[in-house]
Amino acid sequence: MEHALSLFVRSIFVDNMIFAFFLGMCSYLAVSKNVKTSFGLGVAVTFVLLVTVPVDYLLQTKILAPGGIFGAVDLTYLSFILFIAVIAGIVQLVEMIVERFSPALYGALGIFLPLIAVNCAIMGASLFMQQRIQMDPATSSQAIGSIGDAFVYALGSGIGWILAIVGLAAINEKMAYTDVPRPLQGLGITFITVGLMAMAFMCFSGLNI
Amino acid sequence: MSKLFSKENRKVFTEPLNFNNPIVVQVLGICSALAVTSQLEPAIVMGLSVTVITAFAGVIISLIRKTIPTRIRIIIQLVVVATLVTIVSMVLKAFAYDVSVQLSVYVGLIITNCILMGRLEAFSMMNGPWESFLDGVGNGLGYAWILVVVGAARELLGAGTLLGFQIVPEVAYEAGYVNNGMMTMPAMALILVGVVIWVQRAVCGDKEK
Repeated sequence: MEHALSLFVRSIFVDNMIFAFFLGMCSYLAVSKNVKTSFGLGVAVTFVLLVTVPVDYLLQTKILAPGGIFGAVDLTYLSFILFIAVIAGIVQLVEMIVERFSPALYGALGIFLPLIAVNCAIMGASLFMQQRIQMDPATSSQAIGSIGDAFVYALGSGIGWILAIVGLAAINEKMAYTDVPRPLQGLGITFITVGLMAMAFMCFSGLNI
Repeated sequence: MSKLFSKENRKVFTEPLNFNNPIVVQVLGICSALAVTSQLEPAIVMGLSVTVITAFAGVIISLIRKTIPTRIRIIIQLVVVATLVTIVSMVLKAFAYDVSVQLSVYVGLIITNCILMGRLEAFSMMNGPWESFLDGVGNGLGYAWILVVVGAARELLGAGTLLGFQIVPEVAYEAGYVNNGMMTMPAMALILVGVVIWVQRAVCGDKEK
């Protein structure tokens, strides 16, 4: 329990998907113009993370790694293809479920949902999870030792992503009133803003519970 | 032979190097561009890997473009790219193990690199294999040169070395010069890319407006 809490807090603040690993920057920069849509995208990303990371965890430990259903055969070289197939499939599935049961949410998220399949934050979380399985939960607060940990890690990463994207969108809304040099407008100043936000998040490094 | 290097084809190749640069102008593939540039060597390796993958993915998709059903094209593109990335990742592990450890999950994340999906969707689905090959190489190299510039700046200022060789002379350290450790932090990557974008747009004119 203690380990799960520590993993949760670390994945929100210290190992923040955007500020520490730059994952999901493309859609992050594309939609961070207003707070409402970016929150919607953040929720969609968190949701997809919550499904894909535990599924990929089971895939990795039960099928691909040696000792799974194929005995001693090491199939980890297939992980890229399998993970991306799982992600693309689940995104499609989530899209259909949301469309069927909550048309309002579907209308709000509509354009973002299919794009999530190629969001690096989703694939990145699965690949980090694959690395962290090998760590020892007793010594490292980053280790993922069970499916519960995988779930907590996905939730923390998703919340960290929402925090980052909503924060940037809020700053960008205010930026409309400032006088930025012309070549720096748009993308350039956004990068520098994200850089400064990342610096602020650096003060969390070393945080341990 | 003259047809292969006609004016249009040359343009397909040279445009993405500068006026239509994937990172600076099209805003694609930012994630990995930031993460692997704390030193020069991984930046070069990453740039080359992406160039190889964009070129060959372009050729393959362009060859089968007439047989791909429109509805499932994204998944087919992902599978082609994932296969190529798996091959590149295994080659890196075999011949450049240290660099592949340094690049860690970012090799796998080439799959979700938006440059690939963007170019496949926008170019290879509509053009022949040779044009797609040129477009892929052009975009890959356009991506690589930004990585090399940022990687060189960060390694030189952060550690005083280039590719591991000492560049800043001992005399400078004796006179009180100190390496800027900040440069190796994630936050500075964002700010440096922001500055590169600023310079490129100030020199080449702003395409966004």
